[in-house]
Amino acid sequence: MSQPQTLVDKLWAAHEIVRREDGESLLWIDRHYVHEGSFHAFGKLAERGVPVAEPGLTFGVADHYVPTRGSRTNIANPELARMVRQVEENTAKHNVKLFGLGDPRQGIVHVVGPEQGLTLPGLTIVCGDSHTSTHGALGAYAFGIGASEVAHVLMTQTIWQKKPKLMRVTVDGAVAPGISGKDIVLAIIARIGADGATGGALEYAGSAIRALSIEGRLTLCNMSIEAGARAGIVAPDATTFAYLKGRPYAPKGADFDKAVEEWSAMQTDAGAVFEKDVTLDAGSIAPIVTWGTSPEDALPIDASVPDPEREPDQDRAQYLRGALEYMGIAPGKKLTDIAVDRVFIGSCTNSRIEDLRVAAAVLAGRTSKVPGLVSAGSTLIKRQAEQEGLDRIFRDAGLEWGESGCSMCVGINGDLVAPGERCASTTNRNFRGRQGPGARTHLMSPAMVAAAAVTGHLADVRPMLDGRKV
Amino acid sequence: MDKFTKLTGVACPINQANLNTDQILPARYLKWTRAMGIGKVLFQDLRFDADGNEKPEFPINKPAWRNAKVVVGARNFGCGSSREAAVYALYDYGVRCVIAPSFGDIFSGNAVQNGLVTAIVTDEEAAEIMETLTRTPDLPVTVDLEQQTIVCGNKTTNFTIDPVRRKRLLNGWDDIALTESFRDRIASFRAADKGKRSWAVPAAGA
Repeated sequence: MSQPQTLVDKLWAAHEIVRREDGESLLWIDRHYVHEGSFHAFGKLAERGVPVAEPGLTFGVADHYVPTRGSRTNIANPELARMVRQVEENTAKHNVKLFGLGDPRQGIVHVVGPEQGLTLPGLTIVCGDSHTSTHGALGAYAFGIGASEVAHVLMTQTIWQKKPKLMRVTVDGAVAPGISGKDIVLAIIARIGADGATGGALEYAGSAIRALSIEGRLTLCNMSIEAGARAGIVAPDATTFAYLKGRPYAPKGADFDKAVEEWSAMQTDAGAVFEKDVTLDAGSIAPIVTWGTSPEDALPIDASVPDPEREPDQDRAQYLRGALEYMGIAPGKKLTDIAVDRVFIGSCTNSRIEDLRVAAAVLAGRTSKVPGLVSAGSTLIKRQAEQEGLDRIFRDAGLEWGESGCSMCVGINGDLVAPGERCASTTNRNFRGRQGPGARTHLMSPAMVAAAAVTGHLADVRPMLDGRKV
Repeated sequence: MDKFTKLTGVACPINQANLNTDQILPARYLKWTRAMGIGKVLFQDLRFDADGNEKPEFPINKPAWRNAKVVVGARNFGCGSSREAAVYALYDYGVRCVIAPSFGDIFSGNAVQNGLVTAIVTDEEAAEIMETLTRTPDLPVTVDLEQQTIVCGNKTTNFTIDPVRRKRLLNGWDDIALTESFRDRIASFRAADKGKRSWAVPAAGA
């Protein structure tokens, strides 16, 4: 009998063109997503005068630099306009399909890929963006790459990779009402650390993961990189197949049925060994928020921020002091006593229809005490939300309803948090200056951001969901 | 890509865990081309305040460390965003080697593509080198990639680096040329795979 294999082992073997003696493998890439930031790589192609090897497997989006407010057909800021024009020109020149501004399928690359059925189980997917791990939610092996690697994939549709360490996080049990994929992944990062999975690929398993919708799994896999893992993956199952059926670029009819048959075999074998195996009890996970400047600085909402004076490790104490000073929070302060200045709902982490619905469920009939922006993950999601009347709920609560893009997660389209301002955010990184120089970011789920909006401070959303349909 | 064999130069300690690529190069510079002088804005928000004044307490602003060829960091250096421009910024500033207990995976992959050495030592060794440099800021550090050693004062520390990456850095190799030599293997893989996994091709007429 052959040795039991993990899911990643199987996907790796199916894509390995050649393995060198030194252990690096040349992998075939099934999907390559590009965006405005891919200009360095297109520049390298131009330098060499070579074409894109597989334009039919390459898809572009405009997301990082697109405005969420004001005209998108005539972008006021010339630098943003130039970035968008550049991806339009580069994709047109190489016959690469672009979901650009003006296309209703436009949106954030990690939302559009799954939504269009481009992301499928068993595929290898790369993109010049660290949150490419998102696509693992559908059972793909997906990872972020740098500009040189983007150029290499454009030129050859392959990439040299060393097989990652294989790790598994098992979350068993049922989560309490109001607990989402975001809380699960923040709990995982808090447990294993921001480098807990460095050099690795994370497979998520267990009944609580199986119970997650695809939206929840996308959030989970999205933040794998915040634990250091280049890839995160959930084995495909009936939830996956139901999500994919009928999506524009997914196989159709008998082809779909045949694909499902093959996808169903894409599971980790019983007895397969992981280099690291971590277990969490879903029932013990409370709503989680971050207090510091790394996603690992995450605590349940009923906790207090650490006190450096009580930290015996000097390096750790120094880190705590720096993080608290940057965040403008007194040592030992209760999380629920931290007032916020602004909220943001959006990004590749939490901008899908389910995210908008849960935030709207909290906000319905209530008013936000602080300003905020809601940016749907794609223009299609924006339209769907409008059909469901969610935009009215956000607007009535006093929040802005913007167009789709990366927006305030990274701020390069001009959606910035002002210096010193504190933002409750559904995004993925609370790094110093991430949402703008001097900005203070607290990461949490869409429901928790809505709770912060209504109360004006970090707050436990659970009592606010009483009697509401989520 | 320039080869790296051995280097002696100024080494700057930056004792911050999880020093992510947003700190190395803030996102607002990502639209810059390399030719615009990306090395000038390395660590921009750590080096300068909102008014553009230098923060004297940030290590690389100190006179002894201003011309750093080596940076010594803490765990998970270069985590976060995949921006290769963070490596361009370090390299164009003049940094040729970063020493740390661990690196973000994408960062270290990007580093090797650009001739920047990522030398892995233990937490204790990194702390010791940083301490030595803090005591004697002018002490040059020698990084020898062939021997995999760091010499700092009278102390020699061995470092690890992926052997594939080491070989590429020593030879200044670039991936593309190597991949081109496998052109036939790629073509035959592609042909066979199309028969086996027809579903892997995006559906037509979408």
